[in-house]
Amino acid sequence: MYLETRNVVKQYANHLALNNVSIEVPRATVFGLLGPNGAGKTTLIRIITRITAPDSGEVMIDGTPSKAEDVYKIGYLPEERGLYKKMKVGEQAMYLAQLRGLSKKDAHRELMIWFKRFGIMDWYNRKVEELSKGMQQKVQFISTVIHNPDLLIFDEPFSGFDPVNADIVKREMLRLKEEGKTIILSTHNMESVEELCDNIALIHKSQVVLQGKVFDIRKEHRPNIFRFRLTGSEFDLEHPSFTLLSKERYHEFINLRIQKVGDISNNELVKLILNKYEVVSYDEELPTMNDVFIRTVTK
Amino acid sequence: MNKLGLVIQREYITRVRKKSFIILTLLMPVLMVALTMVPLWLSTLNDGNVKNVAVIDNTGIYATLLKSTDAYQFQVIGASEQRDTESRLGKDLFAILQITEDLHKDPRAVSLTSQKQAPQELQSIIVSVLSEKVTQQKLDDLSLSGNVDMEAITQVRSIVEEGSKVSLRTFRLDSGGGVSESSTELATIIGMLFTILIYMFILMYGNMVMQAVLEEKKSRIVEVMVSSVKPVNLLVGKIIGIGLVGITQLVIWGILMGLFFSGLSFFIASSGQMSAAAMPPEMGNFEIEGMMSTVMSINWLEIGFYFILFFIGGYILYASIFAMFASAVDSEEDTGQFMTPVTLIIVFAFLAGFYSVNNPDGPLAFWTSLIPFSSPIVMMVRIPFGIPLWEKLLSVVLLYGTFILIAILSAKIYRVGILMYGKKPSIKEMLKWVKYK
Repeated sequence: MYLETRNVVKQYANHLALNNVSIEVPRATVFGLLGPNGAGKTTLIRIITRITAPDSGEVMIDGTPSKAEDVYKIGYLPEERGLYKKMKVGEQAMYLAQLRGLSKKDAHRELMIWFKRFGIMDWYNRKVEELSKGMQQKVQFISTVIHNPDLLIFDEPFSGFDPVNADIVKREMLRLKEEGKTIILSTHNMESVEELCDNIALIHKSQVVLQGKVFDIRKEHRPNIFRFRLTGSEFDLEHPSFTLLSKERYHEFINLRIQKVGDISNNELVKLILNKYEVVSYDEELPTMNDVFIRTVTK
Repeated sequence: MNKLGLVIQREYITRVRKKSFIILTLLMPVLMVALTMVPLWLSTLNDGNVKNVAVIDNTGIYATLLKSTDAYQFQVIGASEQRDTESRLGKDLFAILQITEDLHKDPRAVSLTSQKQAPQELQSIIVSVLSEKVTQQKLDDLSLSGNVDMEAITQVRSIVEEGSKVSLRTFRLDSGGGVSESSTELATIIGMLFTILIYMFILMYGNMVMQAVLEEKKSRIVEVMVSSVKPVNLLVGKIIGIGLVGITQLVIWGILMGLFFSGLSFFIASSGQMSAAAMPPEMGNFEIEGMMSTVMSINWLEIGFYFILFFIGGYILYASIFAMFASAVDSEEDTGQFMTPVTLIIVFAFLAGFYSVNNPDGPLAFWTSLIPFSSPIVMMVRIPFGIPLWEKLLSVVLLYGTFILIAILSAKIYRVGILMYGKKPSIKEMLKWVKYK
């Protein structure tokens, strides 16, 4: 594990923001931190980044309790992010890079690399307020990764990006993972969770209600719905082991959605249908992370 | 460079480089001089033409005594022309002075008629001339009555003529027994000057700190910042950085003022040598030397030292308060509720300082110069008058103790406040933040 939180509790004046939250983030993976608004994600992130301290519990980084110098190992792109509007882009980036522990020389060298990579070299001497929102996001992304941190935390990184820029950021994230960085991604965009995350934790009402590998979780939450494509024009089989959710004709085929009921293996279910019809294709529906999210939260 | 240094550097450089700062810094002294000099100069201008004042003197005693000046031409009008004069009023006549009776019998027998309100200047010329003559008349009567010693009358006359001009020189006896000549006027001017400076700076730069905190909150950069800088460092860096901007401005103004005055005194000195003969004797070099020696008699070192102490203390105290409240709200519009009471306190302190000038050792001056929230402003009024060391020390200790407490409180609230968006908190809620880990 690269990062662990152990029984983290955080109490604000009138509400419990985090109730015994323990998460485990393996090294060199992308970890999705999910949850509805106000669940406590941002509070947890602020504790990991040492912006606030937990009331009890601890944060372990690389096996040791986190300490003040660890902020240099962390790159954090908050959801509420901005830049000093009146500063020049280059100066601003230099300032943030130096605050993250880089020397002036190193900061400049790294900035040049990143500004070229993101194609914003021309903007170096412009004022921040002249930049479009997407441009500003790029500058913010750069200042998050500039000090080559081992742990990266992105809170809603895609909001405000057009699809092209969002894709650039996704690719950068995967590249960083390849380099061995550990990434925490907090987002409401479930598609990107499926696309990027290896593990997730779902926080709901200040508690972790779901945690594990993305694929395992989707498998666990499968709703036992199967899609069949049969040749023919009619389907009228009835059996206590399944219920028919929908059928529709598709050229010379018929498409079915069937939900398995009771204790019957997949094989047996398929056999039931095979006996009577010619099956062209069959697969089991895996829930999207969106489904898992909604079902867990509204349960 | 450490982070605090970086923050201070940024806060300082971005402000000092601003065009508005440079312009304001260079223009302000010019503006100040202009603001005081222009009305003064304008008031010395008259409208260019001489105003005619008709004098109708039934007694014939007083009319010839009124001497025409640059601005007023007195014309004695005989009894025969009296009828026309009223119709000339407002045309070639500005005013009519009518004396109907012997004034030492009836002091009310004189009137001035004009279409516009008669200027103070004109009134005082007339009153002083007439009063002097009446005094003479009364003395004449007295000597004619015969039952008074003539010699006494002569003495009284000479006393009246000389006038009773007292030149009060004030001295200060310090605790060591040394006596130094002091100038109350100068102390007043210096005290007021420093008080206004501190007052202005607390308001101006306190506000700047507030704006800076709000700017970070509004632009949403603050969370980016605190993920690599401790909130305390961010706050302290901001207060120090902006304070240094203020000191820079002060130093520049000091230098400009120094240049201005040395230029002025050089100008006076050289023109004095060239036209010494042409100048009235009492305006000669002696006067300037006297002025210089009084200026030198002020203990500039002491005043400067305390000014810096109180300037720093007052600025940090109020800047912390401003920052604390700014951190708790989302926008300028929400600051009013917290800022108004604070501003009122500062204005109160300023007024207390203003009135303390008249009585620098009175209870108002004494207490307000000990209470930390007003002491930086009021104390600067009192110091040029010379006050006991223990009062100054106590005031400084109280001020610094308070600002340390307030700064700690402010840092604790700031740390939580900058990350809170949405609802405007009450003071009670803000106090709860102090306890957050």
